[in-house]
Amino acid sequence: MSDAILELENVTMRFGGLTVINDVSFQVPRGGRTALIGPNGAGKTTIFNVVSGVYRQTDGVVRLNGAEISAVPSRRRIRLGMARSFQNIRLMPHLSVVENVMLGQQARTRGVLDMITPLARSSWQREAERLLDEMGLDSYPGEVVATLPYGIRKKIEVVRALAARPKLLLLDEPAAGLNPSETANLRDFLMGISARGVTLLVVEHDMGLVRSLCDHAVVLNFGSKIYDGPTAQVHDDPQVLEAYLGPGHAASKPHGVAGDAA
Amino acid sequence: MSGYWAGILSILAINIVFAYGIYLSVATGQLNLGGAGFQAVGAYAAAYLSEGFGLPVYVTIAASAAAAGIIGAVMAFPILRTRGVYLVLATFAFAEVVAGSILNSETLGGPTGMSVPDFIDWQVPVVAAILVSLFVFYLMSTRFGLAMRAVHDDETVSDLMGISIRATQVIAFSIGAALAGLAGGLYAHSFSFVEIQVFNALLSIYVLLYVLLGGTQTPWGPIVGAAFFTLLPEALRAFLPAIKEILVGLFGVTGDISNPDESWRFVILGALTILMMAIRPEGLVTRTMIERLTLRRGRTRPETEASA
Repeated sequence: MSDAILELENVTMRFGGLTVINDVSFQVPRGGRTALIGPNGAGKTTIFNVVSGVYRQTDGVVRLNGAEISAVPSRRRIRLGMARSFQNIRLMPHLSVVENVMLGQQARTRGVLDMITPLARSSWQREAERLLDEMGLDSYPGEVVATLPYGIRKKIEVVRALAARPKLLLLDEPAAGLNPSETANLRDFLMGISARGVTLLVVEHDMGLVRSLCDHAVVLNFGSKIYDGPTAQVHDDPQVLEAYLGPGHAASKPHGVAGDAA
Repeated sequence: MSGYWAGILSILAINIVFAYGIYLSVATGQLNLGGAGFQAVGAYAAAYLSEGFGLPVYVTIAASAAAAGIIGAVMAFPILRTRGVYLVLATFAFAEVVAGSILNSETLGGPTGMSVPDFIDWQVPVVAAILVSLFVFYLMSTRFGLAMRAVHDDETVSDLMGISIRATQVIAFSIGAALAGLAGGLYAHSFSFVEIQVFNALLSIYVLLYVLLGGTQTPWGPIVGAAFFTLLPEALRAFLPAIKEILVGLFGVTGDISNPDESWRFVILGALTILMMAIRPEGLVTRTMIERLTLRRGRTRPETEASA
Protein backbone atom coordinates (compact mmCIF):
# COMPACT_ATOMS: atom_id res chain seq x y z
CA MET A 1 0.00 0.00 0.00
CA SER A 2 2.54 2.54 -1.04
CA ASP A 3 -0.02 4.82 -2.69
CA ALA A 4 -2.31 5.85 0.14
CA ILE A 5 -4.76 8.74 -0.40
CA LEU A 6 -5.41 8.93 3.34
CA GLU A 7 -3.10 7.90 6.11
CA LEU A 8 -3.59 7.91 9.87
CA GLU A 9 -0.49 7.54 11.98
CA ASN A 10 -0.75 6.86 15.73
CA VAL A 11 -3.93 8.89 16.03
CA THR A 12 -5.34 9.23 19.54
CA MET A 13 -8.48 11.12 20.48
CA ARG A 14 -9.34 11.78 24.10
CA PHE A 15 -12.35 13.61 25.48
CA GLY A 16 -11.28 14.53 29.00
CA GLY A 17 -10.30 11.22 30.55
CA LEU A 18 -12.10 9.12 27.96
CA THR A 19 -9.92 7.68 25.21
CA VAL A 20 -12.15 7.16 22.18
CA ILE A 21 -9.42 6.39 19.65
CA ASN A 22 -6.25 4.79 20.92
CA ASP A 23 -3.10 4.97 18.81
CA VAL A 24 -4.74 3.97 15.54
CA SER A 25 -2.76 3.80 12.29
CA PHE A 26 -4.03 2.69 8.90
CA GLN A 27 -3.91 3.62 5.26
CA VAL A 28 -6.65 4.02 2.69
CA PRO A 29 -5.34 2.91 -0.71
CA ARG A 30 -6.06 5.28 -3.59
CA GLY A 31 -8.91 4.17 -5.82
CA GLY A 32 -9.95 1.38 -3.43
CA ARG A 33 -13.04 0.73 -1.37
CA THR A 34 -12.12 0.53 2.30
CA ALA A 35 -14.55 -0.40 5.06
CA LEU A 36 -14.15 0.90 8.61
CA ILE A 37 -16.07 -1.46 10.84
CA GLY A 38 -16.48 -2.40 14.48
CA PRO A 39 -19.09 -2.70 17.19
CA ASN A 40 -21.03 0.36 18.32
CA GLY A 41 -18.85 2.79 20.21
CA ALA A 42 -15.65 1.53 18.60
CA GLY A 43 -14.70 5.04 17.44
CA LYS A 44 -15.56 4.85 13.75
CA THR A 45 -17.52 8.09 13.53
CA THR A 46 -14.94 9.81 15.71
CA ILE A 47 -12.29 8.87 13.14
CA PHE A 48 -14.49 10.42 10.44
CA ASN A 49 -14.81 13.55 12.55
CA VAL A 50 -11.05 13.73 13.03
CA VAL A 51 -10.38 13.19 9.32
CA SER A 52 -12.96 15.78 8.24
CA GLY A 53 -11.77 18.25 10.87
CA VAL A 54 -14.83 18.41 13.13
CA TYR A 55 -12.51 17.28 15.94
CA ARG A 56 -8.82 17.90 16.28
CA GLN A 57 -7.03 14.73 17.35
CA THR A 58 -5.26 14.72 20.71
CA ASP A 59 -2.22 13.09 19.20
CA GLY A 60 -0.97 11.65 15.93
CA VAL A 61 -0.87 12.62 12.27
CA VAL A 62 -3.48 12.59 9.52
CA ARG A 63 -2.16 12.81 5.95
CA LEU A 64 -4.13 13.41 2.79
CA ASN A 65 -2.19 12.75 -0.41
CA GLY A 66 0.92 12.57 1.75
CA ALA A 67 0.47 16.04 3.29
CA GLU A 68 -0.29 16.56 6.97
CA ILE A 69 -3.74 18.19 7.27
CA SER A 70 -4.19 18.53 11.05
CA ALA A 71 -3.74 22.31 10.89
CA VAL A 72 -6.19 22.75 8.01
CA PRO A 73 -9.55 24.06 9.27
CA SER A 74 -12.56 21.83 8.60
CA ARG A 75 -14.01 24.35 6.15
CA ARG A 76 -10.97 24.12 3.87
CA ARG A 77 -10.58 20.35 3.84
CA ILE A 78 -13.26 19.81 1.22
CA ARG A 79 -11.13 21.88 -1.15
CA LEU A 80 -8.36 19.33 -0.71
CA GLY A 81 -10.57 16.72 -2.37
CA MET A 82 -12.35 15.08 0.56
CA ALA A 83 -16.12 15.04 1.12
CA ARG A 84 -18.30 13.11 3.53
CA SER A 85 -21.82 12.01 4.35
CA PHE A 86 -23.30 11.66 7.82
CA GLN A 87 -24.63 8.84 9.96
CA ASN A 88 -28.01 10.53 10.34
CA ILE A 89 -29.05 12.25 7.15
CA ARG A 90 -27.97 15.85 7.36
CA LEU A 91 -29.44 17.36 4.25
CA MET A 92 -30.94 20.83 4.56
CA PRO A 93 -34.63 19.92 5.00
CA HIS A 94 -36.07 23.15 3.60
CA LEU A 95 -33.93 23.26 0.50
CA SER A 96 -34.85 21.47 -2.69
CA VAL A 97 -32.88 18.46 -3.89
CA VAL A 98 -30.99 20.43 -6.49
CA GLU A 99 -30.20 23.21 -3.99
CA ASN A 100 -28.75 20.64 -1.61
CA VAL A 101 -26.57 19.31 -4.41
CA MET A 102 -25.50 22.84 -5.33
CA LEU A 103 -24.40 23.25 -1.72
CA GLY A 104 -21.88 20.50 -2.42
CA GLN A 105 -20.38 22.64 -5.20
CA GLN A 106 -19.53 25.41 -2.72
CA ALA A 107 -15.90 24.32 -2.40
CA ARG A 108 -15.42 24.75 -6.14
CA THR A 109 -16.56 28.38 -6.23
CA ARG A 110 -14.03 31.13 -6.80
CA GLY A 111 -14.47 34.62 -5.46
CA VAL A 112 -17.35 36.97 -4.81
CA LEU A 113 -18.85 36.85 -8.31
CA ASP A 114 -19.77 33.17 -7.87
CA MET A 115 -21.52 34.07 -4.62
CA ILE A 116 -23.69 36.88 -6.02
CA THR A 117 -24.79 35.33 -9.32
CA PRO A 118 -28.35 33.96 -9.22
CA LEU A 119 -28.36 30.16 -9.26
CA ALA A 120 -31.61 29.57 -11.13
CA ARG A 121 -30.85 28.27 -14.63
CA SER A 122 -27.12 28.81 -14.03
CA SER A 123 -24.41 26.44 -15.19
CA TRP A 124 -24.10 25.34 -11.55
CA GLN A 125 -27.73 24.28 -11.52
CA ARG A 126 -27.49 22.50 -14.88
CA GLU A 127 -24.43 20.63 -13.62
CA ALA A 128 -26.22 19.60 -10.40
CA GLU A 129 -29.23 18.38 -12.38
CA ARG A 130 -26.96 16.44 -14.71
CA LEU A 131 -25.25 14.79 -11.74
CA LEU A 132 -28.63 13.83 -10.24
CA ASP A 133 -29.61 12.49 -13.63
CA GLU A 134 -26.45 10.36 -13.89
CA MET A 135 -27.11 8.98 -10.43
CA GLY A 136 -30.68 8.03 -11.32
CA LEU A 137 -32.33 10.74 -9.21
CA ASP A 138 -33.66 12.83 -12.07
CA SER A 139 -37.28 12.67 -10.84
CA TYR A 140 -36.74 14.86 -7.84
CA PRO A 141 -34.61 18.01 -8.47
CA GLY A 142 -37.21 20.67 -7.58
CA GLU A 143 -38.70 18.91 -4.57
CA VAL A 144 -38.13 19.92 -1.00
CA VAL A 145 -35.97 17.29 0.69
CA ALA A 146 -38.15 16.90 3.81
CA THR A 147 -40.93 15.33 1.74
CA LEU A 148 -38.83 12.54 0.15
CA PRO A 149 -38.43 8.90 1.25
CA TYR A 150 -35.53 7.94 3.49
CA GLY A 151 -33.67 5.82 0.94
CA ILE A 152 -33.76 8.61 -1.63
CA ARG A 153 -32.51 11.15 0.90
CA LYS A 154 -29.59 8.86 1.77
CA LYS A 155 -28.56 8.82 -1.89
CA ILE A 156 -29.00 12.58 -2.28
CA GLU A 157 -26.60 13.09 0.59
CA VAL A 158 -23.99 11.06 -1.29
CA VAL A 159 -24.67 13.03 -4.48
CA ARG A 160 -24.24 16.29 -2.54
CA ALA A 161 -20.80 15.11 -1.44
CA LEU A 162 -20.01 14.07 -5.03
CA ALA A 163 -20.87 17.57 -6.27
CA ALA A 164 -17.63 18.72 -4.64
CA ARG A 165 -15.81 16.34 -7.03
CA PRO A 166 -13.91 14.66 -4.23
CA LYS A 167 -11.07 12.19 -4.70
CA LEU A 168 -11.93 10.64 -1.35
CA LEU A 169 -15.49 10.06 -0.20
CA LEU A 170 -16.21 9.26 3.46
CA LEU A 171 -19.58 7.57 3.94
CA ASP A 172 -20.93 7.11 7.46
CA GLU A 173 -23.35 4.17 7.52
CA PRO A 174 -24.84 4.71 4.06
CA ALA A 175 -27.08 1.61 4.38
CA ALA A 176 -28.42 2.27 7.88
CA GLY A 177 -32.21 2.07 7.86
CA LEU A 178 -32.43 0.75 4.30
CA ASN A 179 -34.28 -2.43 3.38
CA PRO A 180 -32.44 -5.24 1.48
CA SER A 181 -33.49 -4.13 -1.99
CA GLU A 182 -32.58 -0.50 -1.23
CA THR A 183 -29.22 -1.73 0.09
CA ALA A 184 -28.54 -3.72 -3.08
CA ASN A 185 -29.45 -0.65 -5.09
CA LEU A 186 -27.11 1.48 -2.95
CA ARG A 187 -24.28 -1.00 -3.50
CA ASP A 188 -24.57 -0.63 -7.29
CA PHE A 189 -24.79 3.13 -6.85
CA LEU A 190 -21.56 3.19 -4.79
CA MET A 191 -19.81 0.81 -7.20
CA GLY A 192 -20.66 3.30 -9.94
CA ILE A 193 -19.05 6.09 -7.93
CA SER A 194 -15.98 3.94 -7.31
CA ALA A 195 -15.76 3.27 -11.06
CA ARG A 196 -15.41 7.03 -11.57
CA GLY A 197 -12.13 6.82 -9.72
CA VAL A 198 -13.35 8.06 -6.34
CA THR A 199 -11.77 6.37 -3.32
CA LEU A 200 -14.36 5.19 -0.80
CA LEU A 201 -13.98 4.92 2.96
CA VAL A 202 -17.17 3.45 4.36
CA VAL A 203 -18.34 3.01 7.94
CA GLU A 204 -20.96 0.29 7.79
CA HIS A 205 -22.65 -2.29 10.00
CA ASP A 206 -24.27 -4.27 7.20
CA MET A 207 -21.62 -6.97 6.70
CA GLY A 208 -23.30 -8.18 3.52
CA LEU A 209 -22.77 -4.74 2.00
CA VAL A 210 -19.23 -4.52 3.35
CA ARG A 211 -18.27 -7.88 1.80
CA SER A 212 -19.83 -7.15 -1.57
CA LEU A 213 -18.66 -3.54 -1.80
CA CYS A 214 -15.30 -3.23 -0.09
CA ASP A 215 -11.97 -4.86 -0.90
CA HIS A 216 -10.18 -3.69 2.24
CA ALA A 217 -11.37 -3.57 5.83
CA VAL A 218 -10.11 -1.93 9.01
CA VAL A 219 -11.75 -3.18 12.21
CA LEU A 220 -11.86 -1.13 15.39
CA ASN A 221 -12.84 -2.22 18.87
CA PHE A 222 -12.90 0.10 21.90
CA GLY A 223 -10.89 2.66 19.97
CA SER A 224 -8.08 0.30 18.92
CA LYS A 225 -7.40 -1.29 15.57
CA ILE A 226 -7.79 -5.06 15.70
CA TYR A 227 -7.75 -5.95 12.01
CA ASP A 228 -6.41 -4.40 8.81
CA GLY A 229 -6.55 -6.43 5.62
CA PRO A 230 -8.65 -7.90 2.84
CA THR A 231 -12.42 -7.99 3.49
CA ALA A 232 -12.56 -11.62 2.45
CA GLN A 233 -10.61 -12.78 5.50
CA VAL A 234 -12.12 -10.53 8.12
CA HIS A 235 -14.41 -13.29 9.43
CA ASP A 236 -11.53 -15.65 10.03
CA ASP A 237 -9.79 -13.31 12.40
CA PRO A 238 -10.13 -14.51 16.01
CA GLN A 239 -9.87 -11.00 17.48
CA VAL A 240 -12.68 -9.74 15.24
CA LEU A 241 -14.90 -12.68 16.20
CA GLU A 242 -14.23 -12.06 19.85
CA ALA A 243 -15.03 -8.37 19.50
CA TYR A 244 -18.37 -9.05 17.88
CA LEU A 245 -19.48 -12.22 19.66
CA GLY A 246 -17.53 -12.24 22.90
CA PRO A 247 -14.93 -14.77 24.06
CA GLY A 248 -15.83 -18.43 23.65
CA HIS A 249 -17.67 -17.88 20.40
CA ALA A 250 -14.43 -17.36 18.58
CA ALA A 251 -14.20 -21.07 17.75
CA SER A 252 -17.49 -21.34 15.90
CA LYS A 253 -17.46 -19.41 12.66
CA PRO A 254 -20.58 -17.28 12.34
CA HIS A 255 -22.35 -16.43 9.13
CA GLY A 256 -23.09 -12.83 8.28
CA VAL A 257 -22.03 -11.19 11.51
CA ALA A 258 -23.86 -7.91 11.85
CA GLY A 259 -22.49 -5.54 14.41
CA ASP A 260 -25.88 -4.15 15.37
CA ALA A 261 -27.28 -7.59 16.07
CA ALA A 262 -24.24 -8.75 18.00
CA MET B 1 -55.68 59.51 -1.52
CA SER B 2 -56.86 60.40 1.94
CA GLY B 3 -54.33 61.19 4.62
CA TYR B 4 -55.42 58.14 6.56
CA TRP B 5 -54.68 55.68 3.76
CA ALA B 6 -51.49 57.48 2.79
CA GLY B 7 -50.32 57.09 6.39
CA ILE B 8 -51.24 53.37 6.43
CA LEU B 9 -49.43 52.81 3.13
CA SER B 10 -46.31 54.60 4.37
CA ILE B 11 -46.18 52.62 7.59
CA LEU B 12 -46.84 49.37 5.71
CA ALA B 13 -43.98 50.09 3.31
CA ILE B 14 -41.66 51.06 6.17
CA ASN B 15 -42.60 47.91 8.08
CA ILE B 16 -41.83 45.74 5.04
CA VAL B 17 -38.37 47.30 4.69
CA PHE B 18 -37.85 46.92 8.45
CA ALA B 19 -39.03 43.30 8.40
CA TYR B 20 -36.58 42.45 5.60
CA GLY B 21 -33.79 43.89 7.73
CA ILE B 22 -34.57 41.42 10.50
CA TYR B 23 -35.39 38.63 8.03
CA LEU B 24 -31.83 38.56 6.67
CA SER B 25 -30.37 37.77 10.07
CA VAL B 26 -33.18 35.37 11.06
CA ALA B 27 -32.90 33.50 7.74
CA THR B 28 -29.21 32.94 8.57
CA GLY B 29 -30.20 31.44 11.92
CA GLN B 30 -29.78 34.46 14.20
CA LEU B 31 -32.74 35.79 16.11
CA ASN B 32 -32.40 39.55 16.17
CA LEU B 33 -34.29 41.38 18.88
CA GLY B 34 -32.42 44.62 18.30
CA GLY B 35 -34.52 45.88 15.42
CA ALA B 36 -35.64 49.07 17.15
CA GLY B 37 -32.00 49.94 17.87
CA PHE B 38 -31.00 49.78 14.21
CA GLN B 39 -34.12 51.62 13.13
CA ALA B 40 -33.42 54.32 15.72
CA VAL B 41 -29.85 54.73 14.41
CA GLY B 42 -31.23 55.22 10.89
CA ALA B 43 -34.02 57.56 11.97
CA TYR B 44 -31.74 59.77 14.04
CA ALA B 45 -29.01 59.79 11.38
CA ALA B 46 -31.55 61.09 8.86
CA ALA B 47 -33.04 63.56 11.34
CA TYR B 48 -29.64 64.90 12.40
CA LEU B 49 -28.32 65.34 8.86
CA SER B 50 -31.58 66.89 7.68
CA GLU B 51 -32.12 69.23 10.65
CA GLY B 52 -28.48 70.07 11.37
CA PHE B 53 -26.99 70.27 7.88
CA GLY B 54 -30.00 70.72 5.62
CA LEU B 55 -28.93 67.79 3.42
CA PRO B 56 -31.42 66.62 0.79
CA VAL B 57 -33.67 63.65 1.51
CA TYR B 58 -31.95 61.14 -0.78
CA VAL B 59 -28.65 61.82 1.00
CA THR B 60 -30.08 61.56 4.52
CA ILE B 61 -31.94 58.33 3.71
CA ALA B 62 -28.85 56.78 2.12
CA ALA B 63 -26.88 57.89 5.17
CA SER B 64 -29.42 56.28 7.50
CA ALA B 65 -28.87 52.89 5.83
CA ALA B 66 -25.08 53.36 5.80
CA ALA B 67 -24.91 54.38 9.47
CA ALA B 68 -26.96 51.42 10.67
CA GLY B 69 -25.10 49.06 8.33
CA ILE B 70 -21.69 50.14 9.64
CA ILE B 71 -22.80 49.91 13.26
CA GLY B 72 -24.32 46.51 12.46
CA ALA B 73 -21.04 45.27 10.98
CA VAL B 74 -19.05 46.50 13.98
CA MET B 75 -21.55 45.02 16.43
CA ALA B 76 -21.79 41.73 14.52
CA PHE B 77 -18.39 40.48 15.65
CA PRO B 78 -19.01 40.51 19.41
CA ILE B 79 -22.77 39.89 19.17
CA LEU B 80 -22.60 36.89 16.85
CA ARG B 81 -20.25 35.09 19.20
CA THR B 82 -23.28 34.42 21.36
CA ARG B 83 -25.86 31.75 20.61
CA GLY B 84 -29.55 31.12 21.01
CA VAL B 85 -31.21 32.98 23.84
CA TYR B 86 -27.94 34.81 24.62
CA LEU B 87 -27.86 36.19 21.09
CA VAL B 88 -31.45 37.39 21.54
CA LEU B 89 -30.46 39.10 24.79
CA ALA B 90 -27.32 40.61 23.26
CA THR B 91 -29.23 42.16 20.35
CA PHE B 92 -31.90 43.34 22.77
CA ALA B 93 -29.24 44.93 24.97
CA PHE B 94 -27.77 46.65 21.91
CA ALA B 95 -31.14 48.31 21.22
CA GLU B 96 -31.31 49.45 24.86
CA VAL B 97 -27.80 50.95 24.59
CA VAL B 98 -28.85 52.89 21.49
CA ALA B 99 -32.06 54.12 23.15
CA GLY B 100 -30.22 55.11 26.33
CA SER B 101 -27.50 56.95 24.43
CA ILE B 102 -29.98 58.95 22.36
CA LEU B 103 -32.10 59.71 25.41
CA ASN B 104 -29.05 61.25 27.07
CA SER B 105 -27.78 63.11 24.03
CA GLU B 106 -28.56 66.81 23.85
CA THR B 107 -27.45 67.00 20.23
CA LEU B 108 -30.14 64.48 19.33
CA GLY B 109 -32.84 66.20 21.36
CA GLY B 110 -32.84 63.78 24.28
CA PRO B 111 -36.32 62.86 25.48
CA THR B 112 -38.02 65.63 23.50
CA GLY B 113 -36.99 64.24 20.11
CA MET B 114 -36.18 66.04 16.89
CA SER B 115 -38.25 67.46 14.10
CA VAL B 116 -37.30 66.48 10.56
CA PRO B 117 -37.66 69.29 8.00
CA ASP B 118 -38.17 67.45 4.70
CA PHE B 119 -41.45 65.55 4.43
CA ILE B 120 -41.79 62.58 2.05
CA ASP B 121 -45.17 61.37 0.86
CA TRP B 122 -46.20 57.71 0.73
CA GLN B 123 -44.72 57.18 -2.76
CA VAL B 124 -41.13 57.22 -1.49
CA PRO B 125 -41.50 54.46 1.14
CA VAL B 126 -43.56 52.37 -1.30
CA VAL B 127 -40.90 52.59 -4.00
CA ALA B 128 -38.24 51.83 -1.39
CA ALA B 129 -40.21 48.80 -0.18
CA ILE B 130 -40.53 47.47 -3.73
CA LEU B 131 -36.81 47.95 -4.42
CA VAL B 132 -35.83 46.33 -1.11
CA SER B 133 -38.15 43.39 -1.77
CA LEU B 134 -36.61 42.87 -5.21
CA PHE B 135 -33.14 43.12 -3.69
CA VAL B 136 -33.87 40.50 -1.03
CA PHE B 137 -35.47 38.14 -3.58
CA TYR B 138 -32.35 38.55 -5.71
CA LEU B 139 -30.03 38.01 -2.75
CA MET B 140 -31.83 34.83 -1.68
CA SER B 141 -31.58 33.43 -5.22
CA THR B 142 -27.78 33.67 -5.26
CA ARG B 143 -25.26 31.22 -3.86
CA PHE B 144 -24.85 33.61 -0.95
CA GLY B 145 -28.57 33.20 -0.23
CA LEU B 146 -28.13 29.44 -0.44
CA ALA B 147 -25.26 29.68 2.03
CA MET B 148 -27.46 31.76 4.38
CA ARG B 149 -30.20 29.14 4.37
CA ALA B 150 -27.66 26.35 4.79
CA VAL B 151 -26.09 28.07 7.82
CA HIS B 152 -29.59 28.45 9.24
CA ASP B 153 -30.28 24.72 8.86
CA ASP B 154 -26.98 23.10 9.90
CA GLU B 155 -23.78 24.95 10.78
CA THR B 156 -21.52 21.89 11.02
CA VAL B 157 -22.49 20.61 7.59
CA SER B 158 -22.28 24.10 6.05
CA ASP B 159 -18.76 24.43 7.43
CA LEU B 160 -17.72 21.05 6.02
CA MET B 161 -19.18 22.08 2.63
CA GLY B 162 -16.70 24.96 2.64
CA ILE B 163 -19.03 27.80 3.66
CA SER B 164 -17.53 30.43 5.95
CA ILE B 165 -20.14 30.55 8.73
CA ARG B 166 -18.74 33.72 10.24
CA ALA B 167 -18.57 35.70 6.99
CA THR B 168 -22.07 34.60 5.99
CA GLN B 169 -23.53 35.60 9.35
CA VAL B 170 -21.73 38.93 9.60
CA ILE B 171 -22.60 39.99 6.04
CA ALA B 172 -26.27 38.99 6.38
CA PHE B 173 -26.53 40.69 9.77
CA SER B 174 -24.93 43.91 8.47
CA ILE B 175 -27.07 44.14 5.34
CA GLY B 176 -30.07 43.50 7.57
CA ALA B 177 -28.98 46.29 9.93
CA ALA B 178 -28.65 48.64 6.93
CA LEU B 179 -32.20 47.82 5.83
CA ALA B 180 -33.53 48.41 9.35
CA GLY B 181 -31.68 51.74 9.31
CA LEU B 182 -33.20 52.56 5.93
CA ALA B 183 -36.63 51.89 7.42
CA GLY B 184 -35.69 54.38 10.18
CA GLY B 185 -34.68 57.03 7.66
CA LEU B 186 -37.96 56.58 5.79
CA TYR B 187 -39.83 56.78 9.07
CA ALA B 188 -38.14 60.04 10.09
CA HIS B 189 -39.06 61.79 6.85
CA SER B 190 -42.55 60.28 6.63
CA PHE B 191 -43.59 61.40 10.10
CA SER B 192 -41.46 64.58 10.25
CA PHE B 193 -40.55 63.86 13.86
CA VAL B 194 -38.45 61.32 15.74
CA GLU B 195 -38.59 60.56 19.44
CA ILE B 196 -36.71 57.72 21.02
CA GLN B 197 -39.75 56.39 22.93
CA VAL B 198 -41.13 55.11 19.62
CA PHE B 199 -38.12 52.85 19.11
CA ASN B 200 -38.83 50.69 22.14
CA ALA B 201 -38.62 46.99 22.96
CA LEU B 202 -42.17 46.40 21.75
CA LEU B 203 -41.16 47.57 18.26
CA SER B 204 -38.28 45.06 18.21
CA ILE B 205 -40.66 42.32 19.28
CA TYR B 206 -43.24 43.26 16.66
CA VAL B 207 -40.80 43.26 13.77
CA LEU B 208 -39.44 39.89 14.85
CA LEU B 209 -43.05 38.65 14.97
CA TYR B 210 -43.66 39.89 11.40
CA VAL B 211 -40.73 37.79 10.28
CA LEU B 212 -41.34 34.66 12.36
CA LEU B 213 -45.09 34.53 11.76
CA GLY B 214 -44.75 35.49 8.12
CA GLY B 215 -42.29 32.62 7.68
CA THR B 216 -38.52 32.60 7.28
CA GLN B 217 -38.18 29.94 4.59
CA THR B 218 -38.93 32.23 1.67
CA PRO B 219 -38.62 36.00 1.09
CA TRP B 220 -42.43 36.15 0.82
CA GLY B 221 -42.72 35.70 4.57
CA PRO B 222 -41.75 39.23 5.71
CA ILE B 223 -44.11 40.90 3.21
CA VAL B 224 -47.02 38.73 4.33
CA GLY B 225 -46.12 39.07 8.02
CA ALA B 226 -45.65 42.85 7.87
CA ALA B 227 -48.86 43.29 5.84
CA PHE B 228 -50.83 41.04 8.18
CA PHE B 229 -49.74 42.78 11.36
CA THR B 230 -49.90 46.31 9.95
CA LEU B 231 -53.30 45.96 8.35
CA LEU B 232 -54.94 43.73 10.97
CA PRO B 233 -55.09 46.41 13.69
CA GLU B 234 -56.61 48.79 11.12
CA ALA B 235 -59.13 46.17 10.04
CA LEU B 236 -59.95 45.54 13.68
CA ARG B 237 -60.51 49.22 14.14
CA ALA B 238 -63.21 49.00 11.47
CA PHE B 239 -64.73 45.74 12.66
CA LEU B 240 -64.56 46.26 16.41
CA PRO B 241 -68.08 47.66 16.69
CA ALA B 242 -69.37 44.57 14.87
CA ILE B 243 -67.35 42.26 17.13
CA LYS B 244 -68.84 44.06 20.09
CA GLU B 245 -72.30 43.37 18.71
CA ILE B 246 -71.47 39.64 18.43
CA LEU B 247 -70.17 39.58 22.00
CA VAL B 248 -73.36 41.22 23.18
CA GLY B 249 -75.37 38.62 21.28
CA LEU B 250 -73.34 35.68 22.58
CA PHE B 251 -73.04 36.54 26.22
CA GLY B 252 -75.96 38.86 26.59
CA VAL B 253 -73.73 41.57 27.89
CA THR B 254 -75.65 44.75 27.63
CA GLY B 255 -73.52 47.05 29.69
CA ASP B 256 -70.52 48.99 28.57
CA ILE B 257 -67.88 46.41 27.49
CA SER B 258 -65.51 49.09 26.42
CA ASN B 259 -65.20 51.62 23.71
CA PRO B 260 -63.54 50.20 20.58
CA ASP B 261 -60.16 51.46 21.63
CA GLU B 262 -56.52 50.46 21.22
CA SER B 263 -56.40 48.01 24.13
CA TRP B 264 -59.11 45.75 22.68
CA ARG B 265 -57.40 45.60 19.32
CA PHE B 266 -54.24 44.33 20.95
CA VAL B 267 -56.12 41.68 22.90
CA ILE B 268 -57.39 40.27 19.62
CA LEU B 269 -53.99 40.71 17.95
CA GLY B 270 -52.35 38.77 20.78
CA ALA B 271 -54.91 35.98 20.57
CA LEU B 272 -54.44 35.72 16.80
CA THR B 273 -50.67 35.59 17.24
CA ILE B 274 -50.94 32.63 19.61
CA LEU B 275 -53.40 30.94 17.27
CA MET B 276 -51.05 31.34 14.30
CA MET B 277 -48.09 29.98 16.23
CA ALA B 278 -50.14 26.93 17.14
CA ILE B 279 -51.51 26.32 13.65
CA ARG B 280 -48.54 27.33 11.51
CA PRO B 281 -45.39 27.19 13.62
CA GLU B 282 -43.16 27.57 10.56
CA GLY B 283 -44.90 30.78 9.52
CA LEU B 284 -47.74 31.73 7.21
CA VAL B 285 -45.71 31.22 4.04
CA THR B 286 -43.63 28.03 3.86
CA ARG B 287 -41.37 26.64 1.20
CA THR B 288 -43.65 23.68 0.51
CA MET B 289 -46.57 26.05 0.06
CA ILE B 290 -44.72 28.08 -2.59
CA GLU B 291 -43.52 24.83 -4.15
CA ARG B 292 -47.09 23.51 -4.40
CA LEU B 293 -48.33 26.74 -5.94
CA THR B 294 -45.60 26.85 -8.58
CA LEU B 295 -45.91 23.14 -9.36
CA ARG B 296 -49.62 23.52 -9.96
CA ARG B 297 -48.96 26.44 -12.24
CA GLY B 298 -46.01 24.99 -14.13
CA ARG B 299 -44.96 21.44 -14.77
CA THR B 300 -46.68 18.58 -13.00
CA ARG B 301 -44.79 16.01 -11.00
CA PRO B 302 -43.58 12.96 -12.91
CA GLU B 303 -45.32 10.64 -10.41
CA THR B 304 -48.70 12.29 -10.83
CA GLU B 305 -48.28 12.11 -14.59
CA ALA B 306 -47.61 8.41 -14.36
CA SER B 307 -50.59 7.74 -12.14
CA ALA B 308 -52.94 9.93 -14.16
